Amino acid sequence: MGKYLYEVLRFVLRRLAWAVPTLFLVTFLVYVALRIGTNPVESYKRINPRATPAKIQQYIEVNGLDPNYVRGYFRWLVNFVTLDWPRSIKGSREVWPQLKDALANTLRLGAAASTVGIFFGLMLGIYAALRPGGRRDVGVNTAAFVGISIPPYVSAILLQLVFAVYWSRWFGSTLFPTSGVYPPGHTGFNGWLMAKHMVLPVTVVAIQIIAVYARYMRSSLLDVLSSEYMRTARSKGISERRVLFKHGLRNALIPVVTIAALDVGSIVGGLIITENIFSYPGMGKYFLSSFGEGDFPLLMPWMVIIVASVLLFNLLADVSYAWLDPRIRLE
Amino acid sequence: MTTPVLQIRDLKVTFSTPLGPLVAVRGIDLDVHPGEMTAVVGESGSGKSVSFLAAMGLLPRTATVEGSVMLDGHQLVGASPKLLRSIRGRLLSMIFQDPLSALNPVHRIGAQISEMLRAHSSMSERAARIRAVELLEIVGIPQPGDRALQYPHEFSGGMRQRVVIAMAIANSPKVLIADEPTTALDVTVQAQILEVIQRVQAQFGTAVVLITHDLGVVARVCERVNVMYAGRVVERADIGTIFDEPTHPYTRGLLASLPQAGVERLVPIAGFPPNMLNPPTGCAFRTRCEHAAEACGQRLPELEPLGNSMTACIRAKELVGR
Repeated sequence: MGKYLYEVLRFVLRRLAWAVPTLFLVTFLVYVALRIGTNPVESYKRINPRATPAKIQQYIEVNGLDPNYVRGYFRWLVNFVTLDWPRSIKGSREVWPQLKDALANTLRLGAAASTVGIFFGLMLGIYAALRPGGRRDVGVNTAAFVGISIPPYVSAILLQLVFAVYWSRWFGSTLFPTSGVYPPGHTGFNGWLMAKHMVLPVTVVAIQIIAVYARYMRSSLLDVLSSEYMRTARSKGISERRVLFKHGLRNALIPVVTIAALDVGSIVGGLIITENIFSYPGMGKYFLSSFGEGDFPLLMPWMVIIVASVLLFNLLADVSYAWLDPRIRLE
Repeated sequence: MTTPVLQIRDLKVTFSTPLGPLVAVRGIDLDVHPGEMTAVVGESGSGKSVSFLAAMGLLPRTATVEGSVMLDGHQLVGASPKLLRSIRGRLLSMIFQDPLSALNPVHRIGAQISEMLRAHSSMSERAARIRAVELLEIVGIPQPGDRALQYPHEFSGGMRQRVVIAMAIANSPKVLIADEPTTALDVTVQAQILEVIQRVQAQFGTAVVLITHDLGVVARVCERVNVMYAGRVVERADIGTIFDEPTHPYTRGLLASLPQAGVERLVPIAGFPPNMLNPPTGCAFRTRCEHAAEACGQRLPELEPLGNSMTACIRAKELVGR
């Protein structure tokens, strides 16, 4: 066992070592793409029409907007790594406090929706797979199909209508708030209020996740249930429950866990549509508003976080795959 | 003669399919005596595996089983899941055809064997592990202590089949059903596996039912042979009788299609097995039988004694000596 842990550790370290050059390469590409796509200097001039040439020159300096992309990228990199981050072009605000809040909000939303979604998705998938072709299988399949087919902007608006508009018409007050993390003007931390604000966006995201994972788990488990080793397990005279949990689920979860790790990684980028409908100040909303203004100082750190989280969750997917399936060797 | 440890009477297995009921086993009688090695021979689809999966209670829900299967005083047809569970792996166990997929890829070999032990006794985890290593040694796996900690993918096909055998005999069952145990293996490994089965049979006094389509395998190890065709037993005899004086035309056909020294060409049986969704009336083999007469289509022939065998062919008597 100790040998195995050592193996895992070595694999993780080697992959992290590889992640560093990857991070450099991808952020360089992102840097180039943003410079071509948003033209940061022009955006700065548009937002700050009365900026003096000296101010503009300073902006170019601190953001590494040298005409030579390679030289400029390294200039930006030095400032980024030494935590000497340039301020936003609009209002000259510090970037980290905003980014940190957006990240925390999205992680909270994503974690809640993923936990609820994956849990219920897996349960429904198992429930359906145990009676393939039966009534409950057809029911789950149909529900999952409907769930996947309803885009989040439709389900979000339906939920807002029912729980805010009609609810207040029927009962005099809204059940769940429809926007933000707190009511306007609220300061300080309040877990109960926060949870109430998260119910609708979490539901919208979870519906999609439940639908996807129910189908995924169902087909994965069906594959496993028809395999020979399940018959061997049954021929041992152990209980059906043990056959299912010890022999079936462990195998069925291998592909699902791998996909889940990748999926959760992609949520860090924010749930752009859902966050916008619910005015939820997360990474998706952060990206849309800063991209709309061509705010280069806000965009670059966002990009770095996204790239890093994708790399990290890929690593997590590989490790969990090898951990669940002894046939996979880490090397 | 001893009382049979496994007694099958008029066993019928029907699958409900979208195309209608498929009768895979159409009333078979079969006795297995303690410590004996019995062969069940037939082509794919003749119902040989299905009969014994039915006895184990391992058929899918679409199957209906009728008749009687008595094992050591227990009626298995229609038995409660609880009773079946307590019998499976303890009194009756099974070796499957493909050792590559019969073992769970994510559990260690030793754990898979000790699970079998602990399912039917109050053995401690530790004692079960130790017994599992002993069992691996019995079936001829070198360094069993280290091998018990490995996963199935670290074993070759032949070694995996030894593991499956070790698992099947863990609780010294009364009857061991070996469903084509050598079909998926190399010829050189086949002989070793048969030898292992023979050895554990001798050591544990287990009765073995060897399901196979390979008469060569049967000739090597079995005492009694049941030949199955289209869900019926068509001939039953001692191994010597089957090879020297076969009575049923199908058995003769099988023997003629075996490679033999000095015979240049093999003679295959013409045609294909019948479609079991719509089997022919009377004798199912008559569509492929060169001796078929009009009377063959009249009624389903029953096993009747003829010389040293039991045979289900109405023309067998006149065909003897031809």
